Amino acid sequence: MTAIVTIRVVLPAHLRNLARVGAEVTLEVAAPATIASTLDALESHYPVLRGTIRDHDTLQRRPFIRYFACQEDLSHQDPNKPLPDAVLTASEPFIVLGAIAGG
Amino acid sequence: MSKVRVLVGTHKGAFVLTSDGKRQRWEVSGPHFAGWEVYHLKGSPADPNRIYCAPSTGWHGQVIQRSDDGGKTWEPVGNKFTYQGTPGTHQWYDGTPHPWEFKRVWHIEPSLTDPDTVYAGVEDAAIFQSTDGGKNWNELPNLREHDTAKGWQPGAGGLCLHTIVLDPSNPERIYVAISAAGAFRSDDSGKSWKPINRGLHSQYIPDPTAEVGHCVHHITMSPHRPGVLFMQKHWDVMRSDDAGDNWREVSGNLPTDFGFAIDVHAHEPETVYVVPIKSDSEHFPPDGKLRVFRSRTGGNEWEPLTRGLPQSNCFVNVLRDAMAVDTMEECGVYFGTTGGQVYASADAGDTWAPIVRDLPAVLSVEVQTLG
Repeated sequence: MTAIVTIRVVLPAHLRNLARVGAEVTLEVAAPATIASTLDALESHYPVLRGTIRDHDTLQRRPFIRYFACQEDLSHQDPNKPLPDAVLTASEPFIVLGAIAGG
Repeated sequence: MSKVRVLVGTHKGAFVLTSDGKRQRWEVSGPHFAGWEVYHLKGSPADPNRIYCAPSTGWHGQVIQRSDDGGKTWEPVGNKFTYQGTPGTHQWYDGTPHPWEFKRVWHIEPSLTDPDTVYAGVEDAAIFQSTDGGKNWNELPNLREHDTAKGWQPGAGGLCLHTIVLDPSNPERIYVAISAAGAFRSDDSGKSWKPINRGLHSQYIPDPTAEVGHCVHHITMSPHRPGVLFMQKHWDVMRSDDAGDNWREVSGNLPTDFGFAIDVHAHEPETVYVVPIKSDSEHFPPDGKLRVFRSRTGGNEWEPLTRGLPQSNCFVNVLRDAMAVDTMEECGVYFGTTGGQVYASADAGDTWAPIVRDLPAVLSVEVQTLG
C-alpha cells in the first residue's frame, strides 16, 4: 500500500485569490513526495491553477515562479527529487513564490 | 429605462462602471482581479450579462475569466492557448527567425450571435476560438500559417493580434489587425486569410507599399455599413469602402495623424472619432491638450472636441482598445487614458466629463447599452 504524506503548500496572493483558498493549503501526496508530485496534487485539487505555476504541457516552472522550503531555494533542483524531510513531516511548508519582478 | 455599462481594463485590474441612460452619475465597481493586467474585457452582444475578461500577469500567465451576471461575479474558465502543430518562426527584431511563443491575450471578441462562442487575439500573433464559453480554446491556425507569416516582425509592443472585427451582415467574415504585420480578412470563418493592406504607405519599412509589414494600430467599422472600415495606422488615418481591399488616407486636417484609438458613431456611419497623439516617440497629445477629433464626413475634415477635456499640461496616452461608443439615441462616446481617467460624452463628443479620474493606466474601454 502506498504511503501518503501531508504536504503544506503556501501560495502567492494572486493564486490564493484564483483558487479561492487561504494562505496555506494541505495536500495528501503519495510518498516519496516531490515538487512534481506535490504540484500534480495541487493542480488536481485546484484545476484553475494549471498553467499558472508551470507550463501546461512541458510542466516547466514558469520563469518568474520560485519554489522555497526550509530557507532554501529549490527552484533549480530536479522536480522529481524528494522534498526535504521537514516538508515531508509537515513541520515546514513548501512555498510557491512569485519572484521579485516588474517593480 | 436604458442603462449603460462601461467595462474598463487597466494595468492593475478591471472596473465596471454603470449609469442610467442620462449618463451623468456613475457607480464604480472594482478592481476585479486586482493586480492583474487586464488588456481587454468585452460583453457578449447575444447575452449582455455574459462578459469575457483576459487578465494576465508576468508571474502566472494568462487566465480567462467569465461573468454571467454582468460583471458582479466571475469564474475562471480555460487558460490553455496552444498553437496548432509545430508553430514555426516569425522574424525577430534583429531579423533572425524567432519561435512563435504565446505571451498573452490582447483582445477578446465575443460572437455577435452565440454567447458561448468567443475569439481571442493573442501575442505572438494568432487567433483562437472557443465555442464552449471560454473553457477550451482552439487556434484558427491558417492565419499564423499564412505564406507571409515567416516575415512578420513585432512592433514595439510585441507581435500582437490586437483587433478583431466581426461583420454583422456576413457571419463568415472576420477582420483582424496585427502589429506589425497589418490587416487581414477571412471570408470563410477563419479557414483562410488574405492581407488587406493595399493603399497603406509606411515609410518605416523597406517597401512602403508592401503586402504586409504595416503597423496597423486599430480598425473599426459601423455595424450599419459593414463594408466601410476606418483604420488608425502607426501614422495615417485610413478608410476603405470595399471591406479592406483598398485603403485611402483620410487624415486631412488632423494636427498629427499618429494615434491608437479610432471609433465610429453608433448611428452615423460617416462620423468618426480619433485621438491624435504627437508621435511614435512622444506618446502624448500635441501641446499637452487632450483633444478628440471628430469627422462628420467620413474623414479628411476634422474638428477638435475639447469641452471638458484638459487643455493644458496633459501628457497621457489613449491606447488602441481604449475608445468605445454606446448605442443610446444620442450616441455616447468613451475613452480611457494611461493616466487613469475615463472620459464620457453623452452628446456624441460635444462635451466631456470624467467618470473616474484615478484608475491604474487604462488599457481598454468597452461599452454595453442595456435594456
